Amino acid sequence: MHIVVCMKQVPDSAQIRVHPVTNTIMRQGVPTIINPYDLFALEEALRLRDRLGGEVTVLTMGPPMAEESLRKALTFGADRAVLLTDRAFAGSDTLATSFALAAALDKVSQEFGEPPIIFTGKQTIDGDTAQVGPGIAKRLGLNQLTYVARIADLDPAAGTITVERRAEGGLQVLQTRLPVLITMLEGVNEIRRGSLDDAYRAARAQIVRWSAADAGITELARCGLKGSPTIVKKVFAPQGRAEKVHQVPTADRSADELAADVIAAIFRTQPPLEDDLLRFAAGQ
Amino acid sequence: MIRDKFDAIVVGAGPSGNAAAYTMAKEGLKVLQLERGEYPGSKNVQGAILYADALEKIIPDFREDAPLERHVIEQRLWTMDDTSYVGMHYRSDDFNEEKPNRYTIIRAQFDRWFSGKVREAGAVLLCETTVTELLRDPQGRVIGVRTDRDGGTAFADVVILGEGVNGLVGQRSGLRPELKPDTVALAVKEMHFLPREVIESRFNLAGNEGVVIEAMGTITDGMTGTGFIYTNQESISIGIGCIVSDFAESGRTPYGLLEAFKRHPSVRPLLEGSECKEYAAHLIPEGGYNAMPELFGDGWIVVGDAGQFVNAVHREGSNLAMTTGRIAGETVVWLKRRREMATKANLAEYQRRLEETFVMKDLRKYRRIPDFLHRNKHIFGVYPKLLSAAAQTWFRVDGVDKRAKEKQIFQSFRSGRTLPGLIGDALKLARSWR
Repeated sequence: MHIVVCMKQVPDSAQIRVHPVTNTIMRQGVPTIINPYDLFALEEALRLRDRLGGEVTVLTMGPPMAEESLRKALTFGADRAVLLTDRAFAGSDTLATSFALAAALDKVSQEFGEPPIIFTGKQTIDGDTAQVGPGIAKRLGLNQLTYVARIADLDPAAGTITVERRAEGGLQVLQTRLPVLITMLEGVNEIRRGSLDDAYRAARAQIVRWSAADAGITELARCGLKGSPTIVKKVFAPQGRAEKVHQVPTADRSADELAADVIAAIFRTQPPLEDDLLRFAAGQ
Repeated sequence: MIRDKFDAIVVGAGPSGNAAAYTMAKEGLKVLQLERGEYPGSKNVQGAILYADALEKIIPDFREDAPLERHVIEQRLWTMDDTSYVGMHYRSDDFNEEKPNRYTIIRAQFDRWFSGKVREAGAVLLCETTVTELLRDPQGRVIGVRTDRDGGTAFADVVILGEGVNGLVGQRSGLRPELKPDTVALAVKEMHFLPREVIESRFNLAGNEGVVIEAMGTITDGMTGTGFIYTNQESISIGIGCIVSDFAESGRTPYGLLEAFKRHPSVRPLLEGSECKEYAAHLIPEGGYNAMPELFGDGWIVVGDAGQFVNAVHREGSNLAMTTGRIAGETVVWLKRRREMATKANLAEYQRRLEETFVMKDLRKYRRIPDFLHRNKHIFGVYPKLLSAAAQTWFRVDGVDKRAKEKQIFQSFRSGRTLPGLIGDALKLARSWR
């Protein structure tokens, strides 16, 4: 079975800074990583491949440096990597991104075989929209299973798949027909280490590079900034809070006295809270 | 297991490993390089000064694209007491030459660049791959390595160990003993960010000019060690290090020393308003020539910090690492061309070639220094105080006549260290130095 995983290279949010004056993200010198949510998708794909045979292709759209992430995915054990890279894609929002990826997925199907399952992470950590996966599914006319916690059953012969989907207030068990697009939930598996052979193969692998033209995309107006109706009106860093730490001395105080001290200290800094409590106690 | 067999496996992607891998790959050898860090440079810590000469001999046109911070035009040597420093500064416009001699660098960036050159030359680099042990044939010849990945063995004609100061592979494989606390320094370092213009005005610099400050004195609280302050483009590297056994004896903490160093009245204004963005710690092999392990054997060579190639007196290490790496690589290429095996007898050529370079000459020259400093720790406390007091006596204008001042200074040296003590220190130092 051919499985495709769409992933994204993102700045390592643990090490990111916002420029204090311009409020833009300072990307310079910030290391990049594979979007962490995508790793759950990749591991799930690798497990299916190990069980059922076949190949895993990883696909990403990004600048040439995104090749690093793809190579890393190969180190984890993916069989093939495709980088969709073109200046025409710069500045894409989720609409333009899903347009380009859907086109590239068509091309992947032609070149390497039609995938019954396409995986993505549930969202990226830089955009956090969770729109690209569903966007691709819609464009390709695939059934979509979002926020999947577990693949309960997969029957390639019958063309059916059953998954557990975490939804508000409970777990849904959903069954649908292949082909599907699955967005994988976090924490459901752990990305493997990759053997020495995988690492060696990855280090020497030729990564497939497609421009917009290579991927058969002719409507450039639907790509990149031109194809992106989203406008970022304003970016700002949250104001730092001016709250202070209050220390309550504990020496020679009983538990009751300490509790009273703490409550008094809270009410001193938050008078409205005391008023509310008193009103509540008075039954108002 | 990797089925391909390699001409050489290089353990580590620091300056020595990269120099070795580059030298061999460029000559068409099949090289596998293994690095435990996420990327080359991710685990590597240094002050950091790059000495151009050693790199030029490997990549002559490195200045075209290497990530360099500032070229050093001024060297300051400080002996410090608690409130003052007595300094020797050398600044010269001659250092603003077309091909400057020394640069400050940021290792995470520099090592990445260097590694890129190694891969361009044709070596295969695998990161996040830790070598756990050396593989030997029944005769004891090293024939490959085992890594911590599944199916983790790879084989080669020779293994070059550039695994750094605490070389666990070499130790585990019995090639060298564990580090001894009195031959290794522990240094801590912080990167303080400041706008370019602030650094330039504060240190009297223009463009990419840089300053290096090396400091000794009461900042190490009686222990054998030194401090440093280096200017980068938009940050200042500040650090301090002492011999590990001294830390153990004194109970002082490295970060405690660094905090005190940063608070010193001569240092604090240099860091004013900066933001500490990064901190790191590292061991530095400072045992010198006498602490050097065996450097080669059947199927293996040691390069860089793993071989104790550090000149502690001159704060040189990365240049020795690159040079030993290059010469190890050249030796392997030379053997390959002659179709000879990497036996212990043949690899002796590595040491023969090293003997002809500054590496062995300098290390041999200073072979007595580590022991001298170890036995004469008062040097780091007594003399800076005496020097500072003398300078103060001399420069303060207070109605005392100059002859009386001279007498006072001479007296303070005699009472601080006694005449025989002074002469003894001078003789011992001279003997260790020559």
